[in-house]
Amino acid sequence: MSAATQADQAAPGAIPAGGLIGRRGLADRSFQWLALAAGLLVLVILVLIAASTTQQAASWFSAEGWGIFGTVWDPAANKFGATPFIYGTAITGIIALVMAVPVSVAIALLLTEVVPFRLARPIVYVVDLLAVVPSVVWGLWGILVFAPWIQHIYASIGSAVNGIPVLGSLFGPPTSGASFFTAGIILAFMITPIVTSLSREVIATVPAVDREGAYALGATRWEMIRGVVWPHSQGGVVGAVLLGLGRAMGETIAAALVIGSSPSITSHLFATGYNMPAVIANQFGESTGVFKAGLMGLGVLLFAFTIIVNVLARGAVERSARRKRGA
Amino acid sequence: MQRRRIQRAAAVGLAAALATFAAACSSSGGSGSSGSGSSSSALSGTLNASGSTFQLPFQQAAIQAFKSVQPNMTVNYGGGGSGKGRSDLASGVVQFAGSDSPIPSDETANFKGKKVLYFPVFLGPITMSYNLSGVSNLKLTPAVIADIFQGKITKWNDPAIKSINSGAKLPSTPITLAVRSDSSGTTANFSLFLQTAAKNWKLGTSSTINWPKSAHAGNGNGGVAQVIKSTPGAIGYVDYADAKASGLTYASVQNSSGQFVAPSPTAASAAGSTVTLKPDLTFAAVWQSSPSAYPITYQSWDLVYQKQSSANTTKMLKAYIGYLLGDGQKLLTTLGYAPLPSNILSKAKAQLSQIGS
Repeated sequence: MSAATQADQAAPGAIPAGGLIGRRGLADRSFQWLALAAGLLVLVILVLIAASTTQQAASWFSAEGWGIFGTVWDPAANKFGATPFIYGTAITGIIALVMAVPVSVAIALLLTEVVPFRLARPIVYVVDLLAVVPSVVWGLWGILVFAPWIQHIYASIGSAVNGIPVLGSLFGPPTSGASFFTAGIILAFMITPIVTSLSREVIATVPAVDREGAYALGATRWEMIRGVVWPHSQGGVVGAVLLGLGRAMGETIAAALVIGSSPSITSHLFATGYNMPAVIANQFGESTGVFKAGLMGLGVLLFAFTIIVNVLARGAVERSARRKRGA
Repeated sequence: MQRRRIQRAAAVGLAAALATFAAACSSSGGSGSSGSGSSSSALSGTLNASGSTFQLPFQQAAIQAFKSVQPNMTVNYGGGGSGKGRSDLASGVVQFAGSDSPIPSDETANFKGKKVLYFPVFLGPITMSYNLSGVSNLKLTPAVIADIFQGKITKWNDPAIKSINSGAKLPSTPITLAVRSDSSGTTANFSLFLQTAAKNWKLGTSSTINWPKSAHAGNGNGGVAQVIKSTPGAIGYVDYADAKASGLTYASVQNSSGQFVAPSPTAASAAGSTVTLKPDLTFAAVWQSSPSAYPITYQSWDLVYQKQSSANTTKMLKAYIGYLLGDGQKLLTTLGYAPLPSNILSKAKAQLSQIGS
């Protein structure tokens, strides 16, 4: 007992300073290597995915040439143009953002600037619950409940705008409840949680001093948000929006169920359409040869687009962070 | 701080993506386990298969019933589509594959010259199901079906439909097409029928057809049945079993000897009795000449490599596929499929001895 106490007391002094540093150095180094290996592993896997899918898609690229950006996708006629799907991905992404971003940013501002912390908690939980709903559930709800219901609304909007130049060609008579617009709405539901929570965290980093300064100058809450919160968090919110767009672009099953599965390039938002992930999911099972390679190629293009969007998102976030450091 | 949070969110997203990727990898790597079957009568081990969703209900019923024959043998049949089944067989993930079409020429290279045996398992009619209140005995010809599915006939009271349905009260309801959103052997065989039987068919034949834009798409036979059920004026192609299960009304279709025949297992078996059987047991059951044959009849095969690396797998394949061609045929009619005619059945049974040799 006494010996142990003595040893305990002696311990700090007994270990030579050099030994302690040496051990810590070893631990530090091995941790560093481990972290580096983990990081590299991710990179290697990404490169391997890109390389193998590109290789599988090679016969599409060589068979079609620039025809990969053709406007007709018809396996029976051996025509595999990707444009209808790229168009559908862009349109549904834009519809989703137009609907989800104002709502998400408004919720984020509500949570950080308006309601007290005690009330904010449950709202955060509810919004995050939206992210827990599996995408196939969104899709099934979309096609069995939402699409038949909204079809009547589409029909009345369609007959109301009939003949009006721009509106008529955007919201013309619907073909069915499944359409670009329905897919956009479902995607909007699905990206709201991620855009909200990222925006909220960005907005929460606005220094309290700045807010109080604005109030001290006699600013109203709205003026404070416009003058202090928004300039500070603008870049971060743009980043959050782009990450949401990345999610919307890659969303597969929900889109496959509600988009209508008809490759078309049309200004009619209520028409049936198709997007890239949905066509891959729907048609892969019975595809052969160039058809299969084309679907792989769509995967490669989608991968490239998502990387571009994510890089842009990172860029936006980093620029805003730099600006703040400068300020 | 803000940056780190976003980095973390991005990292979580990436991790989730990787997890999904890893899961996808592990799930496709089915085990070709070969237990040690000591005697030829009692086999044990696992057979894995995937492919045709047309076969799925039959395989499920047969696997269940096969348990009483070989209680220690496990057979797994995952669907996924004929194309997936063939590529799984080519990559050695499964021991047999279900396919509604023979191996297409652009896929033969995947099998690296190894011989694949075709075992026909059953026939089935594809119905022309429709939703039109008050019209119960609709008759259709291949040419009219082709024009409907090309969007040339758009109303139910079109003169072309009226002329073959004298006496029926056809409304002026617009026709809504119900088609498959997923690529499918049903689509491939339905379009093969139109290609063979209708000179005016322009959309070709494939597992995915570029349908008119106004078509409503549903996932799987069940999805198409759902569209037809919920849309007055709709018509679509649905396999017989699903059409019956959903309580749909279906048309009689004119066959190559001029008779209008309603889809049924008997009419599908009649189509099978006159097919031209190639030496490898492939054939096409659409558009057969027998007066009682239903013209849109299709078929499904189980594909097996002739050479097998393990003696036990050979025994298990012979036992299970032998069962499908034997007692398994009795399960078919209640499920809405048609048993094979005896001439095809006996050739398929004779071919069993080639497995593993």
